Order: sequence, then structure tokens, then C-alpha cells
Amino acid sequence: MDFTLNGDPFKVLEPLSFTQLLAQLEIDPRQVAIEHNLLIVKRAAYDSTIINEGDEVEIVRFVGGG
Amino acid sequence: MIHNMLTIADKQLRSRLIVGTGKFSSNEIMIQAHEASGAEMVTVAIRRINIKDRSKESLLDHIDLNAYTILPNTAGCYTADEAIRVAHLSRELGLSNWIKLEVIGDERTLLPDNEALLEATRVLVKEDFIVLPYVNDDPVTCRKLEDVGASAVMPLGAPIGSGLGIQNPINIRIIKESAHVPVIVDAGVGTPSDAAIAMELGADAVLMNTGIASAQDPVAMAKAMRLAVEAGHLGYVAGRIPKKMHASASSPLKDIVGR
Repeated sequence: MDFTLNGDPFKVLEPLSFTQLLAQLEIDPRQVAIEHNLLIVKRAAYDSTIINEGDEVEIVRFVGGG
Repeated sequence: MIHNMLTIADKQLRSRLIVGTGKFSSNEIMIQAHEASGAEMVTVAIRRINIKDRSKESLLDHIDLNAYTILPNTAGCYTADEAIRVAHLSRELGLSNWIKLEVIGDERTLLPDNEALLEATRVLVKEDFIVLPYVNDDPVTCRKLEDVGASAVMPLGAPIGSGLGIQNPINIRIIKESAHVPVIVDAGVGTPSDAAIAMELGADAVLMNTGIASAQDPVAMAKAMRLAVEAGHLGYVAGRIPKKMHASASSPLKDIVGR
């Protein structure tokens, strides 16, 4: 199935949780924040929130800025 | 020596210089520059992670969170909605409910969109954010931002990254005279004298990034900016002499030899 991750199409085999997605991407959950279909996903909900076909996902972190 | 602390919302700071984390040639230079600046608050931006090419390094590996308070920004946002989204994500990153609110209205000048800035400030204040809006050097907009609950106003000295210095000193002075929240001159500072002028005008603090990060020697410039901010603030507190049209002798006018 396809969903949109940070503006680009992203393919996975089947619907998955944010915990699974972060593990697959080797991302430390403590260093990112996630928006799922324009709603914030709390870290406590990474296990229970499932990404489905066509969803819009944003994963962000802090970078240098002024 | 600065004899009084800067209070923004519930936070007290000894340093009146806030510095950025962007544009440094290396993390090591950034760390040294931050130390030399004496700053206790540093700004950061929020960006998408790069899925294809992800460095394991995090900016936060290079910022001592015990020494610095993080001030996240909404740089790059062009609408109130975008800025509000970024603020939500920023808070979720778990370090701060403070936000340096930027809503840009024009790509070439990066000047703020006053209307959208007001709208976003109103929304975020209601959601218990501590909102520090980056705003035009306009006393009326600054007053409106304060009225809707901004915890400070951050008028620009000149466009972001321009290094043009304080283009409208009278407005900065008027903003300070009317404000009941801290006035932080944000953007446009290129030289230590620019920073000193901002502080002499009564600004409570100065925020800069490019002026330090893009200097030939960022660490030396950070120290120079620190001294300039301290000197300018002390000069403001000390109270300058009025400007006069004519001379006023410093030595006695009586008992001059031969007269």
C-alpha cells in the first residue's frame, strides 16, 4: 500500500503502526514529532496508531535555524 | 556586568543575547560560538527528516540542554495555518511550549505578514504557547500582538540575514516606550555596533544568527556581540546625555593661564 511520507509517496507491504514505521526507518522516536492526516500523534500513541492507504504523514525533527 | 535580569514570561535570563543554530560551518564552531556569546537561549528550526539520506546525528547532540533553553521557530511558514502546524509539532518534540513565531509574507525580503502573524499568535496563546512573534518594526502591530497575548515582541532591525543594522531606530524606540513585554530586536544585526545601538535604544535583548554564524571568525564575533549587547544595555540604563547643537567645555572656563 502507498501513503505520503514527508511529501513523497512511500510504499509498505501492509498497514503499520508508527512504532513499526520508525523501527523500519531506524529513527529514534525521542528525536521526532509526527503529524498524521494533519493531527499530532502523541508518542504514547505510536503503538496504537495505524497508517493506512493514502494517509498523509509528516515526521520532523529540530535542525539548525535562526 | 549586567545588573538586572531579562524576564520573558516565567523565565529569567542573565544574558540579553539570543543566538541561532543555523549556518555554522561545523557543530564544533557552533558550540564554541554559543559559549563565547554567553547566550542562555538558542533558536532552532523544525524540518522534515530526510527519509533517503538520514544522518544519525541530531542537532540536539550538540546543544547542552542544561546550559541552553531551546527556542523553536516557525521559519519558512507563509500562512497562519502552517505556522500553527509547526508550533504543534515543535511542542510535541517535547522540549518547549515556547515558539518564535514567524509568518513570512514575501520571499525576497522575508518580511513578516502582520495579519497572519496576529491570527497565529491569537490561536497559539489560547493553546498555552509562550509566543514570541518576529514582527515588522511597526509599533501598532507590536501593540496588537501584545494585546492578544504575545510574551515578547521581536521587531526586525532589518531583513533576516541582511546585516543592514537597525534601519528604523525611531520605531524601535517607540516600540520600547509603548511595550509592556520585552522587546527583542531580531534580524538584521551585522556588527557589534548594530547590536549596541539596538540595546541603547532600549531593546531588552537582541536575537541573531547570521551575524555570528557567517562571520569569518564566528567565535570571535560571538564574543564581540556579547560585549556589545552588554555595553549597549548598560549605556541605556545609565542614561545618555542629551544631544546639543554646540560645544560644552569639559574643563573649567575660569583661571586659564594668560587670560
